[in-house]
Amino acid sequence: MHLLDAVRLAFQTLRVQKLKSFFTLAGVTIGVMFLIAVVSIVEGMSSYMENDFVAKLIGVNTFQLRRFPMISDASESEWREWVRRPRITFDDAREVAAALPEEALWSVESSDNIPIESRFSRPRALEATAIDGDYFRIRNMEISLGRLISPQELTLGTRVAVIGEEIATRFFPRLNPIGRTLKVGGTSYEVIGVAAKQGSIFGMSMDRFVITSANAPLQRLVNPHNLIDGMKIKMPTTDGMFEARETVRQVMRGRHKLRPSQKDNFVMETSESALEFWRKIEGNLVIAGVILPAIALIVGAMVIMNIMLVAVSERTREIGIRKAIGAKYRDILAQFLVEATTLSIMGAAIGVALGIILSQTIAALSPLPAAVAPWSIVAGILVGAGVGVIAGVYPASRAARLDPIVALRAE
Amino acid sequence: MTPGATEISGPGDPGLSTTAERRIVIGDAGGAPDKEWVIVARGLTREYDMGGEIVRALRGVDIAIRRNEYVAIMGPSGSGKSTLMNLVGCLDTPTAGEYWLNGMLVSEMNDDELARIRNREIGFVFQTFNLLPRASALHNVELPLVYGGVPATERRKRAAEALDSVGLADRKNHRPNELSGGQRQRVAIARALVNRPSILLADEPTGNLDSTTSAEIMNVFEQLAASGQTVIMVTHEADIAAHAKRVVVLRDGMVESDDRREKFATRMNG
Ligand SMILES: Nc1ncnc2c1ncn2[C@@H]1O[C@H](COP(=O)(O)OP(=O)(O)O)[C@@H](O)[C@H]1O
Ligand SMILES: [Mg+2]
Repeated sequence: MHLLDAVRLAFQTLRVQKLKSFFTLAGVTIGVMFLIAVVSIVEGMSSYMENDFVAKLIGVNTFQLRRFPMISDASESEWREWVRRPRITFDDAREVAAALPEEALWSVESSDNIPIESRFSRPRALEATAIDGDYFRIRNMEISLGRLISPQELTLGTRVAVIGEEIATRFFPRLNPIGRTLKVGGTSYEVIGVAAKQGSIFGMSMDRFVITSANAPLQRLVNPHNLIDGMKIKMPTTDGMFEARETVRQVMRGRHKLRPSQKDNFVMETSESALEFWRKIEGNLVIAGVILPAIALIVGAMVIMNIMLVAVSERTREIGIRKAIGAKYRDILAQFLVEATTLSIMGAAIGVALGIILSQTIAALSPLPAAVAPWSIVAGILVGAGVGVIAGVYPASRAARLDPIVALRAE
Repeated sequence: MTPGATEISGPGDPGLSTTAERRIVIGDAGGAPDKEWVIVARGLTREYDMGGEIVRALRGVDIAIRRNEYVAIMGPSGSGKSTLMNLVGCLDTPTAGEYWLNGMLVSEMNDDELARIRNREIGFVFQTFNLLPRASALHNVELPLVYGGVPATERRKRAAEALDSVGLADRKNHRPNELSGGQRQRVAIARALVNRPSILLADEPTGNLDSTTSAEIMNVFEQLAASGQTVIMVTHEADIAAHAKRVVVLRDGMVESDDRREKFATRMNG
């Protein structure tokens, strides 16, 4: 018997037993649905992390020199070692900048939550950043209103600020903030630019910031004298970045007077190294996201196996008739296997559809991004087929082994 | 021996009732029979183990059937008729003895080979029709061709022809429950014939039918036999058996008599 005949036969049977088939599908449908949803969300977060989050935080061909990693799941002992490390200073930054090739872009930055207020709003502690160097170019920051802080203003410490969109609407509701005064840590700054909207990451607004020169009074509020949070270095090429990283390492090791046997007591993070942390979480999420659907699929397989066993005993006579007119072992085996597999593939297909709907709904209702991966659709269908085959083997072989005479006598 | 009987049964003819003469045809165990014999069974035995108690349904049946013969098998209930038919129809395998079908030693075959023989060589008509209830008449008739690997278009054509030949051309798309008993049995006959089998077996094909319908169905078998189809039929009605050219009577799992119809009729009348 040909596969096509077996599939046609399976559909005939399913059509006749609609209700029973529906219940048979449920387990597989639910399993595949969750599989698709979880994979989509992890996948969505993953592409988000790789394309947006880390790129916004660090950027391409860029690395940042810091005392310890920005994102990590460090252990207690690692933490203790980190907090003993010397902090990065302006003097470090100056020496590093001097050692870098001409084409390098660099910036220093220090941030903290600082009370901010304007004539139009009550004070509130929000993130303020004191910067110097090529900060705006490294971050690719676009301006939607006004202008950026000029190099001269940065050097002179002119009391001007570039603010995020959310700061603009909060402190200058329905007003043009350009030229108006914003008090940051008690000092008045003139707002000269509003940055283009950045959106949010996992529900955290990226438009809630105030930027001033590191030579302005803000610097003293965010960091003790001469200290900075870190330094960013961007090179035109990836190779250049790795070379620059070596240069910076040598300068910093020299400044920290490290002996060759000692490890670096600073980090130079690229977007890749920040991503490693995410990949660790991702792995755990995927495992959790696979175990849940796996349970549903096992239940689904057991349901299918049971339904098929019932089907075999209900259709013993039919099997007898088929064998009497020449069906071989493998014809009957194929018939029931294809039936079980068709069932579970249909369940999986419905699960894929529901999973896509579910992940889109989650993406719409929560800050979690979701991207349906094509491979997860294929995997969902294959998993469905696999469940069908596994669940179908035993009932199908029981059917195929039936003795024709015994089967014919069944009622 | 009557002169008439001698005339019909030449040397090697199984229609002789004495053991000595039958042995001439049946031959010795292990030897392949001549081509003209569709069926040769030697010492066919079938025992059922009913939880320690052995039921001996057939105890050494010798039978040989020539191509184009029309044979009725008779005997009281429980005498082993169905058991014999199931063995001849390759639905079952003997506990002992050998069975040759078309020169092939069927009693030594495995399940898949038997399935192939059932598909290619045998058409079986049952008392209870044994049609697939959810399938149309056409699909029921098509089924042996499906397992025979015949392409869809050809098998539809051949199934339609087979239905046509039993006078059901206009019932192709009816399901069994939309057909009368006689029509169902015609569908079953069409199914049995669609693979052009070398033997057509029928185990009490009219057992579930009223007398008028029975006569119609017997007519179908009669015509098939007349057209050269080898037919073996189990029945316990003497007037139905009278249609056959040869009658084999079983009793207690053994051949009680195996004779030409004429001879049987004489015995019945006398
Ligand atoms: N599957 C079976 N298991 C046990 N005994 C059986 C089985 N089939 C038939 N028999 C026994 O074998 C004998 C012959 O049965 P059967 O061939 O059906 O007789 P008939 O068809 O002549 O009425 C009976 O005694 C019956 O009870
Ligand atoms: Mg019987």
